[in-house]
Amino acid sequence: MAILINRDTKLITVGFTGKQGTFHSLQSRDYGTNFVGGVTPGKGGTVHEGFPVFNTVREAVDKTEANAAMIMVPPPFAADSILECIDAGMPLVIAITEGIPILDMVKVKAALNGSKTRLIGPNCPGLITPGECKIGIMPGHIHMPGKVGVVSRSGTLTYEAVFQLTQRDIGQSTCVGIGGDPVNGTDFIDILELFEKDPDTEAVIMIGEIGGNAETDAGRWIQKNMTKPVVSFIAGASAPVGKRMGHAGAIISGGDDTAEAKFKILEECGVTIARSPAELGHKMEEVLGKK
Amino acid sequence: MNVHEYQAKQLMKKYGIKVLGGQVARSVDEAVDGAKKLGGNIWVVKAQIHAGGRGKAGGVKLAKNLDEVKAHADDILGKTLITHQTGPEGKKVLTLLVEEGCEIEHEYYAGIVLDRTTGKVTFMASSEGGVEIEKVAEETPEKIIKVAVDPAAGFTPFIGRKLSYGIGIKDKDLVKEATKFFKGLYDLYIETDCSIAEINPMVKTKGGEIIALDAKLNFDDNALMRHPEIEALRDPTEESAEELDAAKFGLSYIALDGTIGCLVNGAGLAMGTMDIIQLHGGEPANFLDVGGGATKETVEKAFTIILSDKKVKAILVNIFGGIMKCDIIAEGVVAAAKSLGIKVPLVVRLEGTNVALGKKILNESDLTIIAADDLADAAKKVVEAAKGEA
Repeated sequence: MAILINRDTKLITVGFTGKQGTFHSLQSRDYGTNFVGGVTPGKGGTVHEGFPVFNTVREAVDKTEANAAMIMVPPPFAADSILECIDAGMPLVIAITEGIPILDMVKVKAALNGSKTRLIGPNCPGLITPGECKIGIMPGHIHMPGKVGVVSRSGTLTYEAVFQLTQRDIGQSTCVGIGGDPVNGTDFIDILELFEKDPDTEAVIMIGEIGGNAETDAGRWIQKNMTKPVVSFIAGASAPVGKRMGHAGAIISGGDDTAEAKFKILEECGVTIARSPAELGHKMEEVLGKK
Repeated sequence: MNVHEYQAKQLMKKYGIKVLGGQVARSVDEAVDGAKKLGGNIWVVKAQIHAGGRGKAGGVKLAKNLDEVKAHADDILGKTLITHQTGPEGKKVLTLLVEEGCEIEHEYYAGIVLDRTTGKVTFMASSEGGVEIEKVAEETPEKIIKVAVDPAAGFTPFIGRKLSYGIGIKDKDLVKEATKFFKGLYDLYIETDCSIAEINPMVKTKGGEIIALDAKLNFDDNALMRHPEIEALRDPTEESAEELDAAKFGLSYIALDGTIGCLVNGAGLAMGTMDIIQLHGGEPANFLDVGGGATKETVEKAFTIILSDKKVKAILVNIFGGIMKCDIIAEGVVAAAKSLGIKVPLVVRLEGTNVALGKKILNESDLTIIAADDLADAAKKVVEAAKGEA
């Protein structure tokens, strides 16, 4: 089961023929993802690495019945590609691209409203259902199939958490990177809701960052709606106010968006807190042991 | 990216927002000449630095004659201002804005930000201007009015009316005037890809005009590629030379006050690494994300930047290879050690893509490297090393 993607997912890549697009599409294929082709305007009708290339997303959907699209398009053009996917009725779009202008994403967010599309990202590593389907740039081999869902704003910090789980023989149902930008397609609550409903997920790791209030909103939602245990780490306890820590979204502006404030609220909402990113695996082991 | 008040006002003028006449000066003589050009009998001499709180720090002064303009300019130019936004080291004033005076009847606050929760561009306005808006938000939140702009509809006149009435502007002509002001600010925000536009205060003059008395604009770094005219406003003296240098190599670097240099891939893991160093009793000297596309050369550059900070007593390399391959990092570490002669202890933790190859490269080099098994082990070892206990 898992969430969002599985063996039946059919993937295309928009920006397939570029260097990164090619590399990560083939990596996903090698992992076992049902990769069916790509889109690069102007290269329609050609074959790249044994897969068909189309001029438009619409055409790719018609010919391949793809139900997921990975966006590997450079930042100035990425929002346009996401909008094209929404127009084509693509059910799931995963935008890996980092550095999309925020106002472009404001338009995308408005277009998503009422559409058939769920957008994951941008500025994210993608998502993976271990043993079944990988869409994104994460190293596949550190994952193992299992019962813990992972949702995160950060890429490499997610790998860290997954690695700690796998080392302890705790497998993952699905791992989702929602991205480090201030405006994104899917937030923590959307994913938590899916994990709560998923019979194959028993517990969840949520990795947040300083900046914004997505984590505290998630905490309050968890308190009200979630029956499954959640373990959480918030990155940036040592970050100074007003300095953007790499991610466009990771900047402390007011008083409520520090790591300390988020830890406090999450704890009040019944979430198990890992103060150190090295404790995520261990805390999850404890939580599962207690069940 | 931030710009100076005078630059922000030049942009705002293009969008029909009223500002006072002003002259930019980089010397005392230019300041006096500027005041003469403006005419009148009252001027305000304002320090141009990228930080708020200038008034309290003595960076904004009223002059009632040209001698006072001269005295104030002489006083402020070259002075280091310390405000709540500059940090303890302060910022040196290199540029002044000499402005006309005006008769203020009321001070308001007007701003536009992106509301992350709704994903919409949102106006914020208040009847309480000229004070810290954070304070107003905390003490009297009911005095701040917010209006989100529908991205498809854009700015429509009701937004101007809602804001105007909401902050107590009721006179019909004045509502029109304020609406024009808000519309101009919105167009500027959208067309130049701002991330923050803040006018504090926006004032109503005794003559019945709505004027931007101060102006703060911040632009979305991700959108600067399509605004060369905004990029041209960048003032390198306002930014850290190391941070700019790092950015040229695709590195995201921020200097901090501690003693442990960090080289990490990914922003989240870089923050997590800083956090765990602190949890083990150490202090990070920097945030550094080498990104996913690093090469041997960029890793070498990262070391150069970290080592340029003389406070650094030990370095922690923490890499979880995804796109980034461990062997590339290892090659960069070896190259940097050779060319720079790293003399401080170096703790390396590698995991993920090509980890075996990366470890092999490090083992076969003749570098003294403290290998770490995992994140906690790495943090513990680097903190000990920085304290000279390793």
